[in-house]
Amino acid sequence: MAGAAQPARAGVVALDALDLEISEGELFGLLGPNGAGKTTTIGILTTRIRPTSGTALVAGADVSKESVLVRQRIGVVPQRPNPDRNLNARENLAFHAAYFGIPLRLANARARQLLEKLGIADKSEAKVEHLSGGQQQRLMLARALIHEPKVLFLDEPTVGLDPHARLAIWGLLRELHASGTTIVMSTHNMEEADRLADRLAIIDRGKLLAVDAPESLKRRAPGGTLIQLSLDGEAMGALAAARSLNGVLRAEAQDGTLNAYSQRGGELIPALIRAAEQSGRTVKNIHLSPPSLETLFISMTGRNLE
Amino acid sequence: MSSATAMPAVPPGAWRVFAALLWRDLTVSRRELPFFLVRTTLQPLLFTLVFGFVLPKLRFVGVTYSSALLPGILAMSMALSSMQSVALPMVMDFATNTLEDRLLAPVSLNVLALEKIAMGILQGVVAAIVVLPLARLMMGPIEGLSLTHVPEIAAIGLLGTAVFSALGLWLGTAISPQQIGLVFSAIVAPMMFFGCVYYPWKGLDALPVLKYLVLLNPMVYVAEGLRGSLTPALPHMAIGASFGALVVLTAAIGALGFRSFERRSIP
Repeated sequence: MAGAAQPARAGVVALDALDLEISEGELFGLLGPNGAGKTTTIGILTTRIRPTSGTALVAGADVSKESVLVRQRIGVVPQRPNPDRNLNARENLAFHAAYFGIPLRLANARARQLLEKLGIADKSEAKVEHLSGGQQQRLMLARALIHEPKVLFLDEPTVGLDPHARLAIWGLLRELHASGTTIVMSTHNMEEADRLADRLAIIDRGKLLAVDAPESLKRRAPGGTLIQLSLDGEAMGALAAARSLNGVLRAEAQDGTLNAYSQRGGELIPALIRAAEQSGRTVKNIHLSPPSLETLFISMTGRNLE
Repeated sequence: MSSATAMPAVPPGAWRVFAALLWRDLTVSRRELPFFLVRTTLQPLLFTLVFGFVLPKLRFVGVTYSSALLPGILAMSMALSSMQSVALPMVMDFATNTLEDRLLAPVSLNVLALEKIAMGILQGVVAAIVVLPLARLMMGPIEGLSLTHVPEIAAIGLLGTAVFSALGLWLGTAISPQQIGLVFSAIVAPMMFFGCVYYPWKGLDALPVLKYLVLLNPMVYVAEGLRGSLTPALPHMAIGASFGALVVLTAAIGALGFRSFERRSIP
């Protein structure tokens, strides 16, 4: 089991049979809306949630039967920073390293190095509650890295961060990826998924909808601009009229939303509004999106990502 | 941050992780020592002051009452501090998910639970070491007090702190922060009052139902065990019985605590 050559694999995960295989050195994204099962997936892969059935291997070890081995080989960045509040920033790192059997002197040296690298060296002796949200999240990243894991798991690492802090985390992840660390990251941010991941799994309600590189997934998005009309009631009545419009590639109704994929951009908006009004509905809101991961997700589920 | 890793792929030995966990808890407890001492010794010392000093001075109780009270007070200090020092931080850690950095340590969850118990034992012993001389000082000379049965005192002390640390582990994993007050009023208070802390078990001869009902309470065996080893000449439950009951209760409550900890840690 020694050496860095173990592939990181995730087998059947007990959500609703989520089959995934992630290769060593890959930056893999789990994209889906809140409640899709991303946190459960990461929880199972990091031995923090017990799977009800199925198996999952991480860095060559079984998450149920060899959880200690798995924990030895992974680093985890939680969705919300959860530092040890009784310790200062540096101690958070040094003690975490000690739990992994790293001797004190080495642990302190690495802690200093990581705090420097992540731009929070000046907060080294500060109580963790005096760190901003972005600084705490960087501390969590440092904690996840101090024992040099083979696989790094991040659960929505940039949720709630300001754009500047988000870019800083993205930069660090790119750097780690370039150095060969396997990274598994969940997100409901399409831009984050698109910009960072080598491959993406799109999941919704515990089911795997698609796995591929972001570029290939975007090519699978239905052509045309997505026009979304929010109506004041059930949209089904307007669906037939919308589908019969010239230039509409495809249309779906989901509760009060009418989704139409237009070959002629926004030009079809007046005709779609008429179709809705003829069915006795009023249009409350209109939203346009070019083909993207978001439109792919909507075409697969009828729902928005965020 | 290179991944050309120097880290071995094999986890460190369990004792090494245990030592690191203990070192963390010792670091935190050392900083909180004054608060810890106030929290765990103030109540026993106030009881000592009123029942062991004021009431005998007022002649509401005889001076020999001190002999029955001292082992009880000591039992209460150990039990309370062991239980609280395991349960209170754990309730908060689970509520805020801040135990996660230790739940991700490459070690069996049982080692984590065992370390919490070890820490509880240690804090119970510290409380006893602080309370014993102060109580003796307040009460004045205590009839029948003998420090010659050191192995018995140590054995009862260790088992008594262990059983209450295990109880702390169980409660700490089973209750939510909102319930802490409730648990202390509904479980801890009866345990103190029906734990033979303020009176020897033999004294309950007059109330036979109560006498056998209180045997469910682990506090009884800690208090009676300490009576048997600190004031052996005075009436007390057979020390072998206290010892045996504590072994059984530690194993039983420990098993519940470990299981509850595992369930709470990995849902």
